[in-house]
Amino acid sequence: MPDTDTAGELTGAQSLVKSLEQAGADTVFGIPGGAILPAYDPLYDSEHVRHILVRHEQGAGHAAQGYAMVTGKVGVCLATSGPGATNLVTPIADAHMDSVPIVAITGQVASPAIGTDAFQEADIRGITMPITKHNFLVTKAADIPAAIASAFHIAGTGRPGPVLVDISKDALQASCAFNWPKHLDLPGYRPVTKPHGKQVREAARLISAAKRPVLYVGGGVFKSRADKQLRELAELTGIPVVTTLMALGCFPASHPQNMGMPGMHGAVSAVGALQRSDLLITLGARFDDRVTGQLSSFAPQALVIHADIDPAEISKNRYADVPIVGDCKEIIAELTSQLRASGQLPEIGDWARYLTELKRRYPTGYDQPDNGTLSPQHVIQRIGELTGPDSYYASGVGQHQMWAAHFLPWELPGRWLNSGGLGTMGYCVPAAMGAKVGQPDKVVWGIDGDGCFQMTNQELVTCALERIPIKIAVINNQSLGMVRQWQTLFYQGRYSNTDLKTNRIPDFPKLAEAMGCVGLRAEEPDDVDSVIEKALSINDVPVVVEFVVHKDAMVWPMVAAGTGNDEIKVARDMAPVWDGEAL
Amino acid sequence: MTTPPTVISTHTLSVLVENKPGVLARVASLISRRGFNIESLAVGPTEYPHMSRMTLVVRLEDHVLEQLTKQLNKLIEVLKIVELVPGAVRRELILVKVRVEPDHRGQVLEIIQLFGAKAVDVTADSITVEATGSPEKLDALLKLLEPFGLRELVQSGLVAVGRGSRSITDRTQRGERFKQVRAAV
Repeated sequence: MPDTDTAGELTGAQSLVKSLEQAGADTVFGIPGGAILPAYDPLYDSEHVRHILVRHEQGAGHAAQGYAMVTGKVGVCLATSGPGATNLVTPIADAHMDSVPIVAITGQVASPAIGTDAFQEADIRGITMPITKHNFLVTKAADIPAAIASAFHIAGTGRPGPVLVDISKDALQASCAFNWPKHLDLPGYRPVTKPHGKQVREAARLISAAKRPVLYVGGGVFKSRADKQLRELAELTGIPVVTTLMALGCFPASHPQNMGMPGMHGAVSAVGALQRSDLLITLGARFDDRVTGQLSSFAPQALVIHADIDPAEISKNRYADVPIVGDCKEIIAELTSQLRASGQLPEIGDWARYLTELKRRYPTGYDQPDNGTLSPQHVIQRIGELTGPDSYYASGVGQHQMWAAHFLPWELPGRWLNSGGLGTMGYCVPAAMGAKVGQPDKVVWGIDGDGCFQMTNQELVTCALERIPIKIAVINNQSLGMVRQWQTLFYQGRYSNTDLKTNRIPDFPKLAEAMGCVGLRAEEPDDVDSVIEKALSINDVPVVVEFVVHKDAMVWPMVAAGTGNDEIKVARDMAPVWDGEAL
Repeated sequence: MTTPPTVISTHTLSVLVENKPGVLARVASLISRRGFNIESLAVGPTEYPHMSRMTLVVRLEDHVLEQLTKQLNKLIEVLKIVELVPGAVRRELILVKVRVEPDHRGQVLEIIQLFGAKAVDVTADSITVEATGSPEKLDALLKLLEPFGLRELVQSGLVAVGRGSRSITDRTQRGERFKQVRAAV
């Protein structure tokens, strides 16, 4: 075949490692086991692929996500069959929800044993069908290179996502010629990146005529690295911007046009901007229920321009008046040049002034507790202020995640790693680990909760042994804080099973020391800065800082689940005053 | 705010897929997990060994049909989806075992003949009928046979093809099958 690179006879395992090298993978997070064992032998010799031995497969998956987020490359995780593979299910589902490009490689029992309930057999291809962009079961050594090449291509192009390649043990052991494909045989996969000119012109026409337009910016803008194009469009038109949880940093938080994060715990100015808008310019966002609240009362007067690389997102939740399928970078650039050429920019002075006033009146703030205990918001804010915007921040899921979204310095794109769609507690530590491997010269903080931290902290052992010096702040409110907040608000304060009693059990600094990290603790407001500075001064080993905070802090603003965004509260029983209804 | 029209109607989709293991499971699981209701699904080979065709009959609102089509198109192994116009040739096959006392045999055979069906097995007290046709025609046949007593009914999914000389598999071959995607490296 003239179409291939041939390198003589190799085992399937050797061709797997060679394929990973060809695909440009330099780092793999994984754990060996029976079915994948043949692959670990040639991996031992690879000079191009660094294998990081994690302590749990879930950690491998989230680390691959973190690595992918900060490098723009496809992250790779490796596990054995059965339980090894099923432990990857959570990170794969997470990557699917948040469109993170990862390739998960799993060993499978030998092909004659497939379907016999063999030891450590699980139908991981069947299990992951609904949570992968695509998956493969490979039972012939000769098929490995094409499967790996296709997996990397599918994961990293179009709307990114996870791809699983399940390889049977006999395919890893068999020998065959190594053929790296020059062309991929994927006739049913052709993501559209170039937008349709007619749609862009129609969108530009709507923008020119709009009185209350908003740029509703989602994670797709980060995935297509379109932050510069976005800024150009925003500054040309003066249109206010809201950045979703997945898009924090894609437009600087300090920019006067940035109205903040919309959604259930969004800023009043961002929620108000969407609710009162007459035109949503939706860029790489997907009208998630956490953004829209009750769909029927979401942005009731707005026409919708919806730009996304995934056609299935368009008109899925909210009807799009002008759909544009394509890559956000190209779409935004073309919109800008259309508007610049026509010179017809919208007149939105009153609207911008109204929102700016709303933003001034309802900043996302917090009260300092009066009993001398630590405020979790203050702790997170100080971490951001002392560390700076050109660092990476991962978080778990819950109150600390929302506070991190509100109070960290989101000035640069892609500095924020969190589990937005799936809401995976335990994401933080392994994702921070993956991020640090991808950006070894930058500071990587994990802002975690005491609940989340206890789900995946074992990866700190990996970090200590592999010299991955991340910093983890455990915001310890001794409870499952977000659930507790809902119990306070909606279950009459009946705290059923949300009290983790995390008062020295575990003792987080001691736990950190036991795992080869430095353990620190702050309990008084005066300790906060010094302990953060201490953590920042340690760059050779991982650091865990426990912040013992008061447990009654709540995340505000809040739109209660199932209600409309107009019901937003800035504090308990306190609604904002929407002046200027005539707008 | 503009809202989409909400009229429920029946649609016949011809879905061309790569002939690979697991592709039926992918399509079926997608339809089920996204909550689409389907009335019929038939799968079979095409004139090309690497390609299979699924014929789906759905009763959906237009915007739900659009979602179904887009979601199916996201499956890597789905090559092409075409909605067949109502005038397309739509056929089902039924095999039905009818209880027939010797006195009534003549009447049943007459009905079978009228519908261009066939008696494929006859016993002292039953006739097995094979019939093909549009769903409407087969419904009419079954209504006439029902009073005699239906012992067993087996029905295929619907298959359909557009009228005229054009072929959707052909166009898939020319336009898309040979357009290869360049490898990343």
